[in-house]
Amino acid sequence: WESFLPSRVLVQPVQLICLYAPAYHLILEGILILWIIRLLFSKTYKLQERSDLTPKEKEELIEEWQPEPLVPPVPKDHPALNYNIVSGPPTHIITVNGKECINFASFNFLGLLDNEKVKSAAQASLKKYGVGTCGPRGFYGTFDVHLELEERLAKFMRTEEAIIYSYGFATIASAIPAYSKRGDIVFVDEAACFAIQKGLQASRSNIKLFKHNDMADLERLLKEQETEDQKNPRKARVTRRFIVVEGLYMNTGDVCPLPELIKLKYKYKVRIFLEESLSFGVLGEHGRGITEHFGINIDDIDLISANMENSLASIGGFCCGRSFIIDHQRLSGQGYCFSASLPPLLAAAAIEALNIMEDNPDIFQTLRAKCERIHELLQGISGLKVVGESFSPALHLQLEESCGSRENDVKSLKRVVDYCMNSGIALTQARYLEKEEKCLPPPSIRVVVTVEQTEQELDKAASLLKEAAQSVLN
Amino acid sequence: FFILLNHIVHNGGLYKRPFNEAFEETPMLVAVLTYVGYGVLTLFGYLRDFMRQWKIEKCQNATEREEQKDFVPLYQDFENFYNRNLYMRIRDSWNRPICSVPGAKVDMMERVSHDYNWTFTYTGRVIKDIINMGSYNYLGFAQKAGTCQEAAAKVLSQYGAGVCSTRQEMGNLDKHEELEKLVARFLGVESAMAYGMGFATNSMNIPALVGKGCLILSDELNHASLVLGARLSGATIRIFKHNNMQSLEKLLKDAIVHGQPRTRRPWKKILILVEGIYSMEGSIVRLPEVIALKKKYKSYLYLDEAHSIGALGPTGRGVVEYFGLSPEDVDVMMGTFTKSFGAAGGYIGGKKELIDYLRTYSHSAVYATSLSPPVVEQIITSMKCIMGEDGTNVGKARVQQLAENTRYFRRRLKEMGFIIYGNEDSPVVPLMLYMPAKIGAFGREMLKRNIGVVVVGFPATPIIESRARFCLSAAHTKEMLDTVSVSSCVPSSCAFYKQIQQLSVFCGLVQCLVYKLLNLMFKALCSRAGDDTISFLASTMQNGCLQ
Repeated sequence: WESFLPSRVLVQPVQLICLYAPAYHLILEGILILWIIRLLFSKTYKLQERSDLTPKEKEELIEEWQPEPLVPPVPKDHPALNYNIVSGPPTHIITVNGKECINFASFNFLGLLDNEKVKSAAQASLKKYGVGTCGPRGFYGTFDVHLELEERLAKFMRTEEAIIYSYGFATIASAIPAYSKRGDIVFVDEAACFAIQKGLQASRSNIKLFKHNDMADLERLLKEQETEDQKNPRKARVTRRFIVVEGLYMNTGDVCPLPELIKLKYKYKVRIFLEESLSFGVLGEHGRGITEHFGINIDDIDLISANMENSLASIGGFCCGRSFIIDHQRLSGQGYCFSASLPPLLAAAAIEALNIMEDNPDIFQTLRAKCERIHELLQGISGLKVVGESFSPALHLQLEESCGSRENDVKSLKRVVDYCMNSGIALTQARYLEKEEKCLPPPSIRVVVTVEQTEQELDKAASLLKEAAQSVLN
Repeated sequence: FFILLNHIVHNGGLYKRPFNEAFEETPMLVAVLTYVGYGVLTLFGYLRDFMRQWKIEKCQNATEREEQKDFVPLYQDFENFYNRNLYMRIRDSWNRPICSVPGAKVDMMERVSHDYNWTFTYTGRVIKDIINMGSYNYLGFAQKAGTCQEAAAKVLSQYGAGVCSTRQEMGNLDKHEELEKLVARFLGVESAMAYGMGFATNSMNIPALVGKGCLILSDELNHASLVLGARLSGATIRIFKHNNMQSLEKLLKDAIVHGQPRTRRPWKKILILVEGIYSMEGSIVRLPEVIALKKKYKSYLYLDEAHSIGALGPTGRGVVEYFGLSPEDVDVMMGTFTKSFGAAGGYIGGKKELIDYLRTYSHSAVYATSLSPPVVEQIITSMKCIMGEDGTNVGKARVQQLAENTRYFRRRLKEMGFIIYGNEDSPVVPLMLYMPAKIGAFGREMLKRNIGVVVVGFPATPIIESRARFCLSAAHTKEMLDTVSVSSCVPSSCAFYKQIQQLSVFCGLVQCLVYKLLNLMFKALCSRAGDDTISFLASTMQNGCLQ
C-alpha cells in the first residue's frame, strides 16, 4: 500500500527522468510546454478579417456604389444591328429586304431545304406527333423518330452508334467537355470555329493552339508535351490528350490533313475529335465526309461531330463513333441531358434528307463540279482574293490589301455586298464576335455554292463580283 | 419528428397573396434507412466490380479498341462506379421511348431486358394510353390536331423545315420578326429576341451580359444552363441558399462593402440569377423580396421563367403576373417555348437597349442557326391563343384549368399522407420517395398501372432526397388525377416490402454464387479422390444452391 503513495508514483519517475535525461532535452520540453500554455490562452483570430467598418459606414458605401449600366449603348449604324429581312423561305430564289435575288448565302448545299419529299415527311410527322417534344430525352422525350434517326446516321457513317442533339452549336460544345476535364490537354487548330472554342472553355482543360494546318507546329507541341511527361510520368498516365480539328474549316475553307493526323495520333497516343459540320454531305464519294475523302478507316477517328443544319437542311446536330465513346454522352453531355429533344418533324425531315443522299450519290459530284467552276471564275478579281479549297462549297472573299483598319475593311466589303444585292445576287459578310474570338479571321464575304445554282447563275455571280470590286475598291 | 416549415409571409405588404411553401424535413428513421440502403448498394457494387475484374462475372461494358489499349484511359474507373452499379439496375425508368404526341395520354414502345438492363430489345408491342405525368405540357398545347398544328403545317409547306443560316447572315426571316414583336407584347416589355434552344439561350447570353470584374449571385438550385452560362462568362460566382432572402442580402451587402476579393476594387455590376419555378423542388421564387433587394442594392435581375411562363398568373404571363408586379422591374426576362407552348426554343425580353445589344453581341445571333419556321408558327399560334387574340376563350380556360388541377392534385396527395415539396400553386409536384429501391420500384409499378411518371435520384437531387416528379397539365382531367393519386398509394408502400424482398433475393443469389465457388474449389482439391466422392460432394452443393 505504501508503494502506491502519490509521492512514490509521481516523484520517483520524475527524479529518474531528471537524472538520466540530457539537459538540452529537458530545456526543449520545458519551452514546448510553455509555448502550448501561451497558445491556449491567447486570443483566437478569425480566418477572414472582417473590416471594422461601422454599420453607418457600410450604409454610406452602399449608397455611393454606382454600377455600370447593364449593357453599353449600341450605335444605331452598327453593321450587325440591322439584319437582312428574308420574306418567305430562304431557298434558291430568296427575297431579301424586298428584292428577289439568287441565294449565295445560305448553307443549303444539297438544295434539300424546299425538297417536296422532305417537306411531306415532315408533314406526316407533324400530323402524328405535333410540334414539340415537351421534355428532355430522359423524361419521355425520346421518340421512335429519334431512335430511327440515330440508327440511320450510325449506319450511314458506318459507325457503331450516333447521338442526336437538338441544336447544332450545342453538339460540339457539349461533346468536348464530356470527355476532357480540368488537367487534360487539348491541341486545337487556330482556325477552329466558335462552337469548338466554347466547348474548350467549358471543359477547363489546358488548350494548346497550333498554327492552322501546320503539322510541324503540332508535332513540336506534341514533342514538348512528351518531354514534360517524362519529368512526371505519374501525372502523364492520367492526363488525357485530344486533338480537335475540323474536316472543312468554316473560317478558311480548307481541309485538315487527316492522314498525317492519324500518324501523329498513334505516334503520340492522342485521341482525335473531328468536327464535320461543313464536310458532312459534301466530301467523299457518298457524302460521308472527310474520312471517305481520304479513304481512312472511320474507327481511327474517336469522335465525329457534325450539325444537320447545312447539308441535311434540318436543325440539330449529331455525334457518331464507337459505342464505348458515344454512350458516355448520354449521361454527361450537357446539351443532351438538360435540354428538350429535337422536335420530331425536324428529325423526320433529316431522315428523309438522308434517304435522298443515299439514293442519289451523284449530287456530290455535281456539287463538286460547281464548286470548282466558281473557284476558277472568281480568280483574278482585282482587289479580292479567294480563300478556300477548290472543292469547298463555302468560300471566303477577302480584301487583297487592307484599307487600314478592320472597320474600314468591313465598310468596303459591305459596299461590295450591297452592289451585288441590288443586282440580284444575295451575299453576306462572314460575321464574327470580334472581342471573343481567339484568332479573329480577317473580314470577308461568304460565297456559298449549292447544287441548285445553274452555270449561268454562277457566271452571273462571278461577273457581278468583278464589277462590284472594280467600282467600289478602285 | 415531423417539422413543417410553412411560410405564410406578408412581409410588410410586399406579397399581395399568401405564399405557402413547405419542405418537410426528412424523418429520422427514413434518413437512416436510406443511408443504409445506399451503403448496401455500394458494398454490392464493390463486390460486383471485384467479380468483373477477376472475370468471375461477364463484363457487359463496351471496351476500348485493341489498337488503342495503351492510350491514357478515357474514363476513370471510379467516375463510372455509380453508373455501372446503381444507375444500371434501374435504368429502365428513364429514356422510355414513346410513339405518339406527348399529350395527357401517350403511347409507349414496350421494351424488355434479358440481361438486367445492360441492353434493351423492343418487343414490337405498343402500350397504349398511358397517363403522362412526366412531359412538360402545362397548357396542353402538345396536340396533333387543332389550329396550332394546321398553322404549323401551312408554314412548313411554304418555308420548309430548316433555315441554313445564322440570324446575322441570311437567317432572319420575317417570321422571326413577327414572333419577337408578339413575345414582347405578351410579356409586356419593350422588345424581345428569340433563340433556337432554351439551354443555349442561357449559356450564350449570360456571357454577353457580364464578364470579368462582375459578380453573379446564383441560387443554389439553379439549372445546369444557368450554371454553365455563369461559368463561361468569366465573372465571379457566389451562391446563396435556395430562395433564402437573408442569405442573398448578406451576399449583396458584403459584395458592395468589400468589393472584389484582394484588390478591393468595386464590382462593375452585380447580376442575380433566379428561376421562376424550380423544377426539382416545385418552389416559386420570392420575387417581391428579390426585387426589393435588387432596387435597394442597385443590382440587376435575370429571371429564368422556363417552367413558370404560361403556367402561373391569371392570364399565363408568368411569375411576374402571379405576384402582381411590373415587368419593368425585372431587367432580363428569359424563358423557353418548350414547356407551355409545345414548341422549342427560348427568348429574352427586356428594354430596347438590352435587346439591341443582344442582337449585336449574343453568341447565338452570330454563330447559331435561327429557329425553324414551323416551330415559330406553333409558338405564334399558341401565344395568340393564350392571349385570347384568336377570338376564343380556349387559352384563358386552359390557364384556369391548370390552376385548378394543381390545387386539387396537391390537396389530394397531402390528404393521402405523402410528403410533397414546393409551393401550393406550382404545377410541378415532387413526391418524396427517399429510398433508392423505391426509385426503381415506383417507376415500374406505376407503369404496370398505365401511368408514366418521372423519378429522380442522385445526382440530380441530394442523395437521400430522391423523388417522383409529377408535371400537371391543363389537358389532365379530374378522373386522370384521381387515378394517379390512388395508384400512387400502392407502389409507395409496397415498394418498401419490395425492397426487403429484393434484398433477400439478392442474398440468395450471393449464397448460390458462393456455393458455386466452393464447388469449383472442391473439384480442384479433390482431384485425387474417386469420382463417386466428387459427384456426391457436387450434388450436395447443388442442393444447397437450389434452396
